[in-house]
Amino acid sequence: MAQLNMVQAINQALAYEMEHDDRVVLLGEDVGRDGGVFRVTEGLIERFGSERVLDTPLCESGIMGAAIGMAAYGLRPVTEIQFMGFTYSAFEQLFAHAARVRSRSRGRFTCPLVVRTPYGGGIKAPELHEESTEALFCQVPGLKVVVPSGPYMAKGLLLSALRDPDPVLFLEPTRLYRLIREEVPEGEYVVELGKARVARAGGAVTVVAWGSMLERVLKAVDGYDAEVLDLLTLSPFDIGAVLASVRKTGRLVIVHEAAKSCGFGAEIAATVAEEAILHLRAPILRVTAPDVPVPLAKLIDHYLPGPQQIRGALDEVLQY
Amino acid sequence: MPLESIGKFETKRLGVLNERGEADPDLMPQLSEEEIRRMYELMLLARVFDERAVALQREGRIGTYPPILGQEAAQVGSAFALSPGDWVFPSFREMGVHLTLGFPIAQLLQYWGGDERAQKAPEGLNIFPFCVAVGSQIPHAVGAALAVRYRRDPAVVVTYFGDGATSKGDFHEGMNMAGVFKLPMVFICQNNQWAISVPLKTQTATTSLAQKAVAYGFEGVQVDGNDVFAVYRATREALEKARGGGGPTFIECLTYRMADHTTADDAGRYRPPEEVALWRERDPITRLERFLEARGAWTPQRRVEAKEKAARVIDDAIREMENVLPPAPAELFDGVLAALTPRQTGQKKGL
Repeated sequence: MAQLNMVQAINQALAYEMEHDDRVVLLGEDVGRDGGVFRVTEGLIERFGSERVLDTPLCESGIMGAAIGMAAYGLRPVTEIQFMGFTYSAFEQLFAHAARVRSRSRGRFTCPLVVRTPYGGGIKAPELHEESTEALFCQVPGLKVVVPSGPYMAKGLLLSALRDPDPVLFLEPTRLYRLIREEVPEGEYVVELGKARVARAGGAVTVVAWGSMLERVLKAVDGYDAEVLDLLTLSPFDIGAVLASVRKTGRLVIVHEAAKSCGFGAEIAATVAEEAILHLRAPILRVTAPDVPVPLAKLIDHYLPGPQQIRGALDEVLQY
Repeated sequence: MPLESIGKFETKRLGVLNERGEADPDLMPQLSEEEIRRMYELMLLARVFDERAVALQREGRIGTYPPILGQEAAQVGSAFALSPGDWVFPSFREMGVHLTLGFPIAQLLQYWGGDERAQKAPEGLNIFPFCVAVGSQIPHAVGAALAVRYRRDPAVVVTYFGDGATSKGDFHEGMNMAGVFKLPMVFICQNNQWAISVPLKTQTATTSLAQKAVAYGFEGVQVDGNDVFAVYRATREALEKARGGGGPTFIECLTYRMADHTTADDAGRYRPPEEVALWRERDPITRLERFLEARGAWTPQRRVEAKEKAARVIDDAIREMENVLPPAPAELFDGVLAALTPRQTGQKKGL
């Protein structure tokens, strides 16, 4: 099996599905000749032609809106928005339309659309290139939100997303694009959406993370009896897996790189409080970024949760 | 380098039927007597639908409703030119288009009565749900046209919107993509000159909306939107051009919103009555009647009969609409996702 990074794994998933389903088309800025700003779509225009790998004008709302029309017509479009910060100009299309086409038309039209976008901090990029506002999207019924944590998961989850009958926001942790190499099978395999994964088994505390924070958490928990859950799908998130682990460990730490207030950790904490409060032996702690805009490179290390803060939270709940 | 002109443009305005009901023989589109009769009846159907819908709202039998009064020619004339496989992405004020395309009337009323189930277009009728967020349907039409091109289908994609939408970003993004990719599309702007209280002159500094197409590299034409023959002719030509690979066209139908923005609005607060009176004189249905009368095909009695016929159809639809059982609470979850999430499933059970 080949050792691939996440860029290569995502590229492989796209190529596989395009090879096997002529409804799959890519569109976005620079996805064709340039192969995408992170080269995720490299080589696809040569292989599948410019009608299936469409270089568009610079217009995120237009791209998203066009993808909705394509999906309604029966295609399975995949849009690449170059950075999560640029999805903001496509909010209306995603929130008011993509997520509602099926219910609004009572199933007469559907929106099997995958929105790919690099997300998260720590890549020394300009403003709005390191956003982590996943919770905004999780508030919208009708939209799924998926975050892979490495190459193997990225390929399997993307193949699932590409076959999903509903719109999926696929957040690609930019910092991990070339950081991790894993064995990735060349052929087809799927990782089911809506299922979390036990990334590390343990008994004394549950740590929930996703995306690039998972990598940090796995390093930080060394020496602790911690069970680490890789959430993988945020909307809908795997409530059963979180509850099962918390009922076992009695302690919960949630780690995310988004700001704390109304971050996705709040949803997880509230759900555990509703469903499993009597199993808790310590308060639920959230290790997150502070409630400030994502800073540029000079301050990013003070913004993103680091190993010290993660271990601090573990010590706190274990010693409670 | 000398200062030289690098571009000149002109924008054409099309009118076939003047206000006296006289048709320009050179511009009159080919239409059979039967087709003209159907156009007339559809315009009256749209008029009666509108009158009844406003009355139903006043009686509390449906919710807020956006009238189409005065825009019957622009809507019937354009929709009349469409072919069965064509796709339509409407805004929310084109009920005349729905009626012309055969969208079930009871269902139209049911929607304005607050029942979302009515947005489900019948199979075979490619009309997207109403789009309430102004102009945001325009990129959807662009995407459908990209799909048409990709599938080598003979369809053309038509999108309707108003003058207000031309100020929005999605209009620009959609028009631009349509021009860049030379898509099989027709953009039909119902320029009724008022976006709630904002008049056209506050919406744009240009002398026409049609000329905006120049900036996107394709043709724009202004038509007399109260002239059903001009609207039909311009739309038919644009459809033929699109079907033949000639790319998109922007059609500005210059008409007038005779009524309030919606039944929740009072246009008397911001609009001079003389202006409304002036446009009442330009009623698109009266104009077609003058044309028919000159050909010996119309008498005042004809209008009474046609209106009665339309009223019967609408009243049947009202009865049908009012006999529809309200949705069950569990239908809140219909179509939210192909398969509900575990939490949604629990919420549905808990209703």
